This record gives sequence, structure tokens and C-alpha cells, in this order.
Amino acid sequence: MNAHQPIGHAASLEINVEAKTFSPVAGRPSQPVLRNVNLTVEPRSFLVLTGPSGCGKSTLLNIVAGLDTDYAGHIRFAAVDPRIAFIFQTPRLLPWRTVEENITLPLPKGDPRRARVPELIARVGLSGTETAYPERLSLGMQRRVAIARGFALQPDILLMDEPFVSLDEPTAQSLRTLVIELWQSHPTTVLFVTHDRPEAVRLATRIVRLSQLTDTMTSNVLADGPIVLTENQRKDPASIRAEQARFFDAQ
Amino acid sequence: MSQTHKPHIASASGSWRERLVWTVLSLSVLIALWAIAAAVAQNRHGPGPLAVLSVLAHESATGALWINLATTLARVAVAFMIAMLIGSAIGLALGRNNTADKFFDAWLILALNLPALVIIALSYVWIGPYEVTAILATAINKIPNVAVQMREGARSLSRDLDEMATVYRLGWWNTFRHVTLPQLAPFFAAAARSGLALVWKIVLVVEALGGHAKGVGHQIFTAFQSFDVPMILAYALAFIFVIQLVEFLLLQPLQARLNRWKR
Repeated sequence: MNAHQPIGHAASLEINVEAKTFSPVAGRPSQPVLRNVNLTVEPRSFLVLTGPSGCGKSTLLNIVAGLDTDYAGHIRFAAVDPRIAFIFQTPRLLPWRTVEENITLPLPKGDPRRARVPELIARVGLSGTETAYPERLSLGMQRRVAIARGFALQPDILLMDEPFVSLDEPTAQSLRTLVIELWQSHPTTVLFVTHDRPEAVRLATRIVRLSQLTDTMTSNVLADGPIVLTENQRKDPASIRAEQARFFDAQ
Repeated sequence: MSQTHKPHIASASGSWRERLVWTVLSLSVLIALWAIAAAVAQNRHGPGPLAVLSVLAHESATGALWINLATTLARVAVAFMIAMLIGSAIGLALGRNNTADKFFDAWLILALNLPALVIIALSYVWIGPYEVTAILATAINKIPNVAVQMREGARSLSRDLDEMATVYRLGWWNTFRHVTLPQLAPFFAAAARSGLALVWKIVLVVEALGGHAKGVGHQIFTAFQSFDVPMILAYALAFIFVIQLVEFLLLQPLQARLNRWKR
């Protein structure tokens, strides 16, 4: 199971996390969170990681992002020097920089990607707010800025960690549509974390279900499979419910 | 009383006229009260505003006022900059390095509680009666305060934004300039404002004790030896005015600029 294989041509990313344990903190004993999570992620797939809170899905994202290096295993990328964008659970914008500055900051001066930022700002519906400071915008608008920052990078891997939590449902729905549209016009490999099942089915080309780790488990991957829905079915609540039942209740 | 207006006035950048009106009104009342008290007391050691003003005019005419003010202000400026620079460096180092912080915390507490008089006395004993002593003695008095405030700033740096900077590969210079520095700015501004207030008070004591030939502190000390109260008040008021000018024209606009992104 842990055999180290060279990354295949068809893969964008290989995740082999043999074990990840949180160190003991303030009297709480050390706690294993991930065990034998081995995933080969195809290029331009939209992989959704789902599961209850505490199952380690955000931790897995941090490992892929390189923010957490304290684990056993390895992550391999098809790209030699992969560009990674991360849309976090909170927008994590620089409040002292304008909307436009926040989006262009990761792009070096003179980079051709900067030329496409105005178009991107228009696409995410932020026209007219370029020179505004983030704290003057609503949370929904701040999330749009964070999404634009992620896509402006034209990343090889795009990580998203519950980017739509604490939004009202219509706002969340419009942002989901936006992310799908952007992903279709700027294809990239997406790892998306959510505990919201309809959201997972609505967005994913593949869902990986994680469960909370117990001592007897050999892996916390509970299920792993494709979601096959047409674009129109993804907009239809009944189709989403049916697919959700097929994927989640079958196991 | 005017304290209750402060947050409102400070937050609105366009209301400096309103603030000026309040300041002029409040100071006029204070001067009027002073004049009445002096007139009632009729004491040689309690001069009225006019007596002090005539001393001020005389000192200004002879040029002594300007030389003494300039000398002291120069010492304040240099000591202030040294204190801000070294204090910030120490504070940032301690705020970011846990081991160093644990070790040097006791030193910092010792330095914070060292009386200004002790620092001044030892500086003159060890270094001698030079210009550099006046500046160093003043700066050393202020460094621990700056270090404590900047350490607080370094401790409160956001880990979330740091992770964002790492993933988006901003590089150390862009991270420092766009992520770290703006987070430290309010702590730096607070340290600067409280620093200026402390430094100029200490510099006068240094000038008095150090036997310097020029400076507001020297002038006040000389006047004190002959119980020349109008002279003491004249120099005190002149220097308060200068420091308020620095605060009003330099530090407050700077702080307003740093805070312009706030809601």
C-alpha cells in the first residue's frame, strides 16, 4: 500500500500520507489524525474531501500546501515547481492593501498574469471596488477577492478549505457557481474540503470521504469515487439529492 | 471632559478644525484661571501669564530661547531615534524567539524598573560629561519601553497571514513589507508617541544634572537656583509648545495615514 511509485503521466498530484499525529498539547495526549491516505489526483479534476469535523481533511490540505511538514509519507507533484493557490476558510486578505493590491501581490511585477487581473476582477463581480480596502466589503465580497487571488495565480493546484462557510445560502450558491465557471475557464487541479454533502456533490468530479480515525482502522479513507453528473444535473436539486444518496448511502 | 470627544474626533480625519477650536477654547480658559489665581495670590513665586510672557519675549529677543530650544530638540531627536531603533530591534527579536524571550525577560523587567536618575548618574560617572552621554542616557531610559511595546506587536503577528504569505510565495521582502510591517505599525506609532513624551521629560533632567552649558534643562536648573519662577515657566511652556507642534504636525498625520484602511 505504501509502495513508492513514480508519479504517472496521468496524475497531477500524488498524496501518500502514512501517518499524521498531532503532538500532545496542554495535557491532551497525542492524537493520530491521518493514516494511509493514498490518493492519485488526475489533472484538472475537482476532488472534494469530505467528512465530519476532526477527520483531518483540513490537515491534509495543509500538508499538500507545505504548511504542515510534520508527517510520515510524501506528496509528489507532476510539475517540477508547482504553483499552489490556497483559498482559506477565512479570506485572509491584507486589510491594509486594496482589493486590487491583494489580488496582484502574489504576482511578480511585470508578470503577464497581471494583465488578466482586471478581467478576473470583473468576472468575480468586484468591478468598482478595486481601490477599496477589504474591511469595507461584506464577507461575501471578501471571499470573492480571495477567490480572485487564487485564480489570478493560474495555479497548478488550487486548494480550498470550506471557502463558503458562514455565508447565507444564496450567496454561497452564487459563489459555488462562480468557482465552477472559473474552474472551467481556467482548468486546474482542485482539492476542495467541505462537510456539506450537497455542496460536495454539486462541485465534485470525485469525492473522497474521510472518517474520524480510531485505533483499529488501517486507513481513514472511507470511500473514494467519481461523481458523474451533467452540467444541467448539477443545477437541479433533485439530481443532486439522488446522486448524494447513491454516493453516501451506498456505503 | 474633552476625553469623551476624543475617539470620535481622532477617527474623523477631516475634523482637525473642530479639534483646534476645542484646544484654543480649553487653553484660553486655563490661561484666564491662571491670571485670576496670580492676581489673587500676589506672590513673587506665582507670576501671572503676562509676567511669563515678558520673560519669554526677552529671552526670544536675546536669542537665548532659540539656542536652548534647538539644542534640547536636537538631543531629543537623536535620543528618540536611537531608542526607537534599538528598542524595536530588541522587541522584535524577543517577540519572535521564545527562548530569547524567556531568558531576557528578567533583564527587561530590571531595565524597566531602573530609575531614570540611576541611569543618568551612572552614564556621567562612566562616560563623562560629553554630548554623547546626554543622548545615550536619554535613549537608554526609553529603550526598555519601546522593546516591551514592540515585543507585544511581534507576539500578535497573525499566523493566518503568515501562512498565506508562505503558500503564495511572497518572498521575505514582500512578506516583511506588506504583511509584517503593517501589523507592527500601530505598535510602533504608540511607542513613538509615548516615547516622545518620555524622552523630552528625561532630556531636561539629563541637561540639568549633566552640567551642560546649553539646553532648556540647563536653563531651568539655573533659574531654579535663583528661584526665578517666571523663567522656569517661560522655558517649560516654550518647550511644551514645540513638542506639541511635533506631535500635531508629524506624529498624528503619520498615524492617520497608517490607519486609513480601518473601517
